[in-house]
Amino acid sequence: MATYLIRRLLQSALILLGVSFITFFLLFVLPADPVRQIAGRSATAETVENIRQQLGLDQPFIVQYGRYLAGLLQGDMGRSYLQKTEVAELIASRMPATLLLMAGAIGCELVLGLAMGIAAALWRGRMADHVLMMTSFVTVSAPQFVVSLLMLYVFAVQLGWFPIGGYGTFAHLVLPAVTLGILGSGWYARMMRSSMIDVLRADFIRTARAKGLTRARVVLGHALPNAILPIIAMIGIDIGIFMGGIVVVESVFGWPGIGQLAWQAIQRIDIPIIMGVTLVSALAIVIGNLLADVIAPFIDPRITLR
Amino acid sequence: MKKLLASTALILSLALPAGAQDYTPDPAAKAGGSITVTYKDDVATLDPAIGYDWQNWSMIKSLFDGLMDYVPGTTVLRPGLAESYEISEDGLTFTFKLRAGVKFHNGREMTAEDVKYSLDRVTNPATQSPGAGFFGSIAGFDKAGDGGLSGVEVVDPLTVKITLSRPDATFLHVMALNFASVVPKEAVDAAAGDFGKMPVGTGAFKLAEWTLGQKLVFEKNADYWRAGVPYLDSVVFEVGQEPIVALLRLQNGEVDVPGDGIPPAKFTEVMADPAQASRVVEGGQLHTGYITLNVTIPPLDKPEVRKAINMAINKDRITQIINGRAKPATQPLPPSMPGYTEGYAGYAFDVEGAKKLLADAGLADGFETDLYVMNTDPNPRIAQAIQQDLAAIGVKANIQSLAQANVIEAGGAGTAPMIWSGGMAWIADFPDPSNFYGPILGCAGAGPGGWNWSKYCNAALDEKATAADSLADPTKAADRMAMWSEVYQAVMEDAPWVPVFNEQRYTMKSERMGGEDALYVDPVSIPVNYDYVFVK
Repeated sequence: MATYLIRRLLQSALILLGVSFITFFLLFVLPADPVRQIAGRSATAETVENIRQQLGLDQPFIVQYGRYLAGLLQGDMGRSYLQKTEVAELIASRMPATLLLMAGAIGCELVLGLAMGIAAALWRGRMADHVLMMTSFVTVSAPQFVVSLLMLYVFAVQLGWFPIGGYGTFAHLVLPAVTLGILGSGWYARMMRSSMIDVLRADFIRTARAKGLTRARVVLGHALPNAILPIIAMIGIDIGIFMGGIVVVESVFGWPGIGQLAWQAIQRIDIPIIMGVTLVSALAIVIGNLLADVIAPFIDPRITLR
Repeated sequence: MKKLLASTALILSLALPAGAQDYTPDPAAKAGGSITVTYKDDVATLDPAIGYDWQNWSMIKSLFDGLMDYVPGTTVLRPGLAESYEISEDGLTFTFKLRAGVKFHNGREMTAEDVKYSLDRVTNPATQSPGAGFFGSIAGFDKAGDGGLSGVEVVDPLTVKITLSRPDATFLHVMALNFASVVPKEAVDAAAGDFGKMPVGTGAFKLAEWTLGQKLVFEKNADYWRAGVPYLDSVVFEVGQEPIVALLRLQNGEVDVPGDGIPPAKFTEVMADPAQASRVVEGGQLHTGYITLNVTIPPLDKPEVRKAINMAINKDRITQIINGRAKPATQPLPPSMPGYTEGYAGYAFDVEGAKKLLADAGLADGFETDLYVMNTDPNPRIAQAIQQDLAAIGVKANIQSLAQANVIEAGGAGTAPMIWSGGMAWIADFPDPSNFYGPILGCAGAGPGGWNWSKYCNAALDEKATAADSLADPTKAADRMAMWSEVYQAVMEDAPWVPVFNEQRYTMKSERMGGEDALYVDPVSIPVNYDYVFVK
């Protein structure tokens, strides 16, 4: 277990290094000049050159990347080009909002997705199954922007049950979390359905039934704990999907998370912020996957980590 | 060339030296209340030496003051922190007498030392100010750095003398730019690089609260040196709000001013509803939307070809594409800019005439070229209209729809034959015709990376522009505007641009907002002049 962890941590560090290199390289070769964005249109050629030098953007790629990496190893993510604020501070100030939304959304996804998946598996092949699977197909394919606006319009503007976007109270969290929950529940529903169907066919379920247990005890007590296993790993991957896909929902609901920060930074080629958010997201994905793997043996003793 | 009168210029420029003309406060105005303004993007910085986007521009204006200022809702200069000023005979020395008893938000009195420190700071290369170049006419600018500007001299605690290395008729406008705001040294030092987050000025409002990514609260400066203003107790800026959501919230009574304006997709709907339309204020702005024609790329290097393209563009139709939110343009300057040539017709829409010009240039069969455009609505649709107009005279334009930064890069590098300026078009830094020339039509901007995307460089016109800006004597302002009017008419003869339209501004406000309409389409403070609006 210990050697496994050490190996995985080293792999994770390598992955992060790779991500940082690729992102930095892509930003470097981008046919757009960050200094132009900082200097604005009225800046004279001297002003532009001055800013380029001060930020070290006149240096060759390897020097710039080396400097960034050196700073990063000392915990310095640099300062935003345009806001002039520490990137770490910007990300830290937005991280709680993103984590809260992620927790709320994954909670909704699980409740909706698992319920749909279990129901579909139990009524396999019947009308309910078809309807549920169709629904899950529609929700995963629905455009985030449209669904978000629709939710906002119906439940906040028309019915007035929730605030029209923003952040702060539990009421603010409900709409974006439920929206993300609905949109993401389809994956869980499909996964849960197939996993449940496999488990329901297993010998130990037949044994449980033969023992005379109630249908509820069989499903919830025996089948569910086994069927849910692949779902755990899915949550780890989902964290990664969230880090990338939360942008639209955060924008529509005015949720001050890091997705919004990344979107703004990309439009303005604010390299330190883009790098910072990318690395933090990559870190979240790596940790999510790692956790999923580490937890697996505790749920299913057949799995050993080597 | 016909001599045409630069009419608006005359009136405005004669008003300059008087200094007496000022704002008459609204008799209905009452103090108190708080308003909510929304924005989609974060506020980048509130450091006046750094901030240079249209969102933080008006916010900085309310937190800080410079020596000069504008009469609210107009482009007329008035003294700010300077009580009065004197200009020497040769136009090279400006002596500013400061107001006594003006206090910074930290309670300390503002003095001439602060003015010098602020100008030294903005021109110091270490500050990385995007606006440093505006101060190029101050003596010692080239050596600005640790020693500071040699041309800025503290005569006594309330007198500053600024010496220029060359006459600069726009200098008083430069002193009214945010970049020339007066800041206290101790606050800048104490902030240790974060002055943009902890601004301290002399302005009508002070920053009370800033929750990153969520909101900012401006609180009334009770000690403000201008008597009676501001009226509002506070202004709350909520950031991270999509324009469409902001509109919904405005309709719900939660928002007073949607800072990003009316979303284009909702414009017709809003204007068709009398209740909503009555809350919209329309006004001009110092903006021109244009197509640049790169004079170094054949066949656009031929003036006849550029003229033909000018005649081929149906500006009325393009204006319709944006729901009539603009007025067709005839020349580079917008109508509300001093120096605009009243009555100049430009190139009328004439497909046959355009074809003939092309034939004269030996291109009867047309040619193929690229049209660069920023990829956000409505710009690609406008590009398609331009493409169709060009097709009608046999020119095949391939649309290159790219992100803003990439279009700017191609424009600066000079690789783009044609660019539709939408989304990146020039909005004046200050209301003076010179600001529409140097960076975008003059030789200085034509180098690699410059904003003169036509790469048009006419040395004779550059000389004339310099001569016009050397007429620093306020009594010669009319001559100067006439010269600028001629410069722009000469530019149109060479046709490096197709001026397409001048965008109108539409600001929406809630029912309870008071103050005359001009404050909501203030040419300098966008979207509104926070210091003078009030709650009914």
